[in-house]
Amino acid sequence: MALSRAASSPSHGGLLKPLAAAISASFRRPISTDATPITVETSVPFTAHNCEAPSRTVETTAQELVGFFRIMALMRRMEIAADSLYKAKLIRGFCHLYDGQEAVAIGMEAAITKKDSIITAYRDHCTFLGRGGTLLEVFSELMGRQAGCSKGKGGSMHFYRKEAGFYGGHGIVGAQIPLGIGLAFAQKYKKDESVSFALYGDGAANQGQLFEALNMAALWDLPAILVCENNHYGMGTAEWRAAKSPAYYKRGDYVPGLKVDGMDALAVKQACKFAKEHALKNGPIILEMDTYRYHGHSMSDPGSTYRTRDEISGVRQERDPIERIRKLLLSLDLATEKELKDTEKEVRKEVDDAIAQAKESPMPDPSELFSNVYVKGYGAESFGADRKEVRAVLP
Amino acid sequence: MAAAIFQGFGASTALSLSKSIDSKRVKLPFGRSLSERRASFVVVGSDGRLVSDSSRARKLVTNAVATKADSAASTSASKPGHELLLFEALQEGLEEEMDRDPHVCVMGEDVGHYGGSYKVTKGLAKKFGDLRVLDTPIAENSFTGMGIGAAMTGLRPIVEGMNMGFLLLAYNQISNNCGMLHYTSGGQFKIPIVIRGPGGVGRQLGAEHSQRLESYFQSIPGIQMVACSTPYNAKGLMKAAIRSDNPVILFEHVLLYNLKERIPDEEYVLSLEEAEMVRPGEHVTILTYSRMRYHVMQAAKTLVNKGYDPEVIDIRSLKPFDLYTIGNSVKKTHRVLIVEECMRTGGIGASLTAAINENFHDYLDAPIVCLSSQDVPTPYAGTLEEWTVVQPAQIVTAVEQLCQ
Repeated sequence: MALSRAASSPSHGGLLKPLAAAISASFRRPISTDATPITVETSVPFTAHNCEAPSRTVETTAQELVGFFRIMALMRRMEIAADSLYKAKLIRGFCHLYDGQEAVAIGMEAAITKKDSIITAYRDHCTFLGRGGTLLEVFSELMGRQAGCSKGKGGSMHFYRKEAGFYGGHGIVGAQIPLGIGLAFAQKYKKDESVSFALYGDGAANQGQLFEALNMAALWDLPAILVCENNHYGMGTAEWRAAKSPAYYKRGDYVPGLKVDGMDALAVKQACKFAKEHALKNGPIILEMDTYRYHGHSMSDPGSTYRTRDEISGVRQERDPIERIRKLLLSLDLATEKELKDTEKEVRKEVDDAIAQAKESPMPDPSELFSNVYVKGYGAESFGADRKEVRAVLP
Repeated sequence: MAAAIFQGFGASTALSLSKSIDSKRVKLPFGRSLSERRASFVVVGSDGRLVSDSSRARKLVTNAVATKADSAASTSASKPGHELLLFEALQEGLEEEMDRDPHVCVMGEDVGHYGGSYKVTKGLAKKFGDLRVLDTPIAENSFTGMGIGAAMTGLRPIVEGMNMGFLLLAYNQISNNCGMLHYTSGGQFKIPIVIRGPGGVGRQLGAEHSQRLESYFQSIPGIQMVACSTPYNAKGLMKAAIRSDNPVILFEHVLLYNLKERIPDEEYVLSLEEAEMVRPGEHVTILTYSRMRYHVMQAAKTLVNKGYDPEVIDIRSLKPFDLYTIGNSVKKTHRVLIVEECMRTGGIGASLTAAINENFHDYLDAPIVCLSSQDVPTPYAGTLEEWTVVQPAQIVTAVEQLCQ
């Protein structure tokens, strides 16, 4: 990436190198506390539709970059661990993994507050983590235990965190988009000055509900941002086989759109900041994040029948979001190789500890089968023949 | 437990409940005193137990008892009330709730400037503004989804389907998101949405506009369904549905909007899970809801002349069933006839038959008879349409056969 700050470590002859290293080691500031702004330019420019693209220069800080690295490494490690747990049959059903796409979740978080709402589809583990969810809640929910964020009753596709504005976690493709518009409607109704991000994939981009929702959002100027996480495959169907026009950011027609390099966390951050300002003033906007998933659609899909392994490893080598941040940190001299490796080790340990703790959490009580079907209170009791609460005896 | 019928208003009744129960007395004795005692009142459930009530200004009418004559099905104690049509009663309930809580909003096709295709939201857009009474484009799937999303954040939307049949397009949203979100989020989100609209067989509206969706929605876990049939219960159920924290589907009927009745001036809210005793009797229990209630009452006139004494219950709550009231009636009469407008296969009657058989089998002297609409798309021709739904003559015949 192009740097606007001059590199500060000159490379002289071999004699001075150890000395320079020793000097720089003693004078280097500790990695995670620096908050002076750094500007970085994104490698790929934004492509805009019906609006002015934001600038390629992104402001960030060392603290933020190190934070990005840590959380993305955590997300990556979490998804890999979920993979092993699934193969060990501790996680059942469907498990959709987000590794490769972490930059979208983390870049978005960096641009917004917890008052803004996010709603996404079923590939929600990392988004949940980004919104403040804990590893314990993630693994417990995946294994169906009581400590899970939905008390073990939702599963992989139903993570929610109300206090952080994370509205899920939805299994039916595209159904979360009208819900996202509803969140934006409520924000406009309450005059909150916050926005809603409704995430969907390139497969869901062909759903009619999306266009119905776009029409309503544009009609009423709702502060809604629709984010298409384009990982180029709708389960097993490549985008060119499913969509006549794969320029998803242009599909809004009268709604402005922006195409973003979704593997670059800083570009995502810039785009989301731009989108938030736009949505609060002018109504909806579409963001298309050009991203990629390394795993298959879900754990039941090997992911290699419709794409080549060369493609996957090619993307991993050239565009991996964590590697980008690592290179940036190293070239800006904000951290050493060793420190980053240590961070990864720490993260690995954190994930292992969380899994161990989650395994100890008990399965839900049988009485939980009937709890939370209705909200208790006025007009809500579910009666049996003698007007008492329905109590079932499970075998 | 002898009689299930009792009156539960008035602070003084709380102490003397067991003594003042009289199943034969149907006129409420506390006429004048009720309006004086408006500030203090008691909420009592149908089984006589006192429910602790926290809200000050509302009155919960739990069991509206009708007079034996054919006057309006359920009146409160105060004689002066005001007369209005059913759609006006719905509008009154809606307006009162919108006044009371700024989170209540309406969305649907033509609800705003047009005033609602059945005039239920007439005048509301002028009073509350375009955002609170929102005219949506014709996109049932997404505006129902939008309502559910708004409800997740704490708003209390009322989604109107211009005809219940159109809500089939929103079935995914209603089933997956509306009904299940409270459960799958572990109780984090509640969905206080009301989905309402007219359904049922009208006057030659054709097959697609004469659908009865109660049967399609009844299996969805997490929702409540109620059907209104008179101006009194329409207003009460509308208010109860809006105040409930659960998703409620309120079924109205296209042909009942112009029914006129006198309803009380004071505020009242009905219970969402209670059935209404329309006409107490001894020989047979007739369970019905919505428009068929009127066919049943018409048949009841004939039956009374022939010497029968039918007990007519408007079940009102389609999900969950009020098995308490129904059970007490079955225990008394031992014969059940269900009259409904739903389809024969998989309809409300089918579920109700199963529920009664399971729970009250020992009390039945004869198999339950269920009269429902035919399993055909509603034809356009007037005579054929008449034969699709249950007619009073068929009800009379069924009761005669049942009581042999």
